Amino acid sequence: MSNSGKALVWLGAGAGLCLVAGLALGLSVPPDARQGDAVRIMFVHVPAAWTAMMAYGLIALCAVVTLVWRHPLADAAAKAAAPLGAVFTALGLVTGSIWGKPMWGAWWVWDARLTSFLLLFLIYLGLIALRHSLDGEARAARASAILALIGAADLPVVEFSVKWWSTLHQGSSLIRAGGPAMAPVYLWPLLSMALGYTLFFLWLWVWRIRIDLLVRSVRRGP
Amino acid sequence: MSAFFAQMRRDVRLAWRAGGIGVALGFFAAVAVLTPLGVGPDPALLVRIGGGVLWLAAMLAALLSLDTLFHADFEDGSLDLIALSSLPLELAALAKIAAHWLCTGLPLAVLALPAAAMFAFPLPAALMLAATLLIGTAAISALGACGAALTLSLRRGALLLPVIVLPLLAPAAIFGSAAVLAALDGVGSGAFLLLSAFSLVALAMSPFAAAAAIRVHLAE
Repeated sequence: MSNSGKALVWLGAGAGLCLVAGLALGLSVPPDARQGDAVRIMFVHVPAAWTAMMAYGLIALCAVVTLVWRHPLADAAAKAAAPLGAVFTALGLVTGSIWGKPMWGAWWVWDARLTSFLLLFLIYLGLIALRHSLDGEARAARASAILALIGAADLPVVEFSVKWWSTLHQGSSLIRAGGPAMAPVYLWPLLSMALGYTLFFLWLWVWRIRIDLLVRSVRRGP
Repeated sequence: MSAFFAQMRRDVRLAWRAGGIGVALGFFAAVAVLTPLGVGPDPALLVRIGGGVLWLAAMLAALLSLDTLFHADFEDGSLDLIALSSLPLELAALAKIAAHWLCTGLPLAVLALPAAAMFAFPLPAALMLAATLLIGTAAISALGACGAALTLSLRRGALLLPVIVLPLLAPAAIFGSAAVLAALDGVGSGAFLLLSAFSLVALAMSPFAAAAAIRVHLAE
């Protein structure tokens, strides 16, 4: 079995284990004093948003490698990550919306965090659209890498939007001065789900990179 | 430096002859006239939505002429000569951005004054709208040039361009219309400074990104 094949087995098993454990823990924790059962949405929403941003960070990293060293594997990785990142961004938007309706009384508000995250989704779509319309591997690779780096300016805005502006979306309650502002009983399912989402993303990513490399080698001929 | 200005003068002259300025201004004027017809002539409503509507109209009007920024030169081979000339491609891209701004951003900012009057703006807010457009359209020209360069060799690049560029330009629309609203309410706001910062960063980075994208398309 190839190295990436072995990695796939471990990533898939790890993702399944963490997601099942996270879901079981998340469904068994007592309802929150103020949020009630809706607090459980956090376990699927927060990791989706984290994974979406991690995916774009990885794409930006691959873009640098593509532009500087022109390594084809970096481009295959960036190409494979874009649709995955878009799906996780959409998942973050939808789950956040479902949480927002009972908590804020609205499916959507135009605060800085939500707006910048929606822009991340649109940037993903632009990236995918550009990739699909360009022909020629080298050209598509480098043009997409340039656009990915321009769009990366949105990432810090998403991350710090809750600090820079007074947003309805709450600030970070995990990584902050004075430790996590969250009871451990909620922390464990959240961390388990976060790890599960990350491994699940990596599992799909490696799959997609393998498929893309196969398609490239078929196109190039024997 | 003279090559830079020669490039700019040439592009302004070409845009002038092709009538691109008229198209952008006509589009902007049409939206400015049609919006009050669509939402009703209530001055209280118009003054609230005016900043946002005119900002979006200016943004879309500027986008109309963006796909021709490099494309005509790419088609007839001038872009190859520009890339080979002693003027660095980054500076040539900056010259083209400046020419595009002179032909769209500047006249749009001027036309915004009578348009603001039609939206029942008091003078300070109208001047603020013109100022935000004057500064913000520089970001539109700059980031639009990146989009135009990225879609350079595509036959249907004009359709893809807004999909790529509009999400990147969202901050300009947000801060621009926020600065106008703050001026209407007579309150201080950092929106104008944030818009200026956004434009400066866009102007500083875009020539490099646009030149890199042009080289990608010229390479094959």
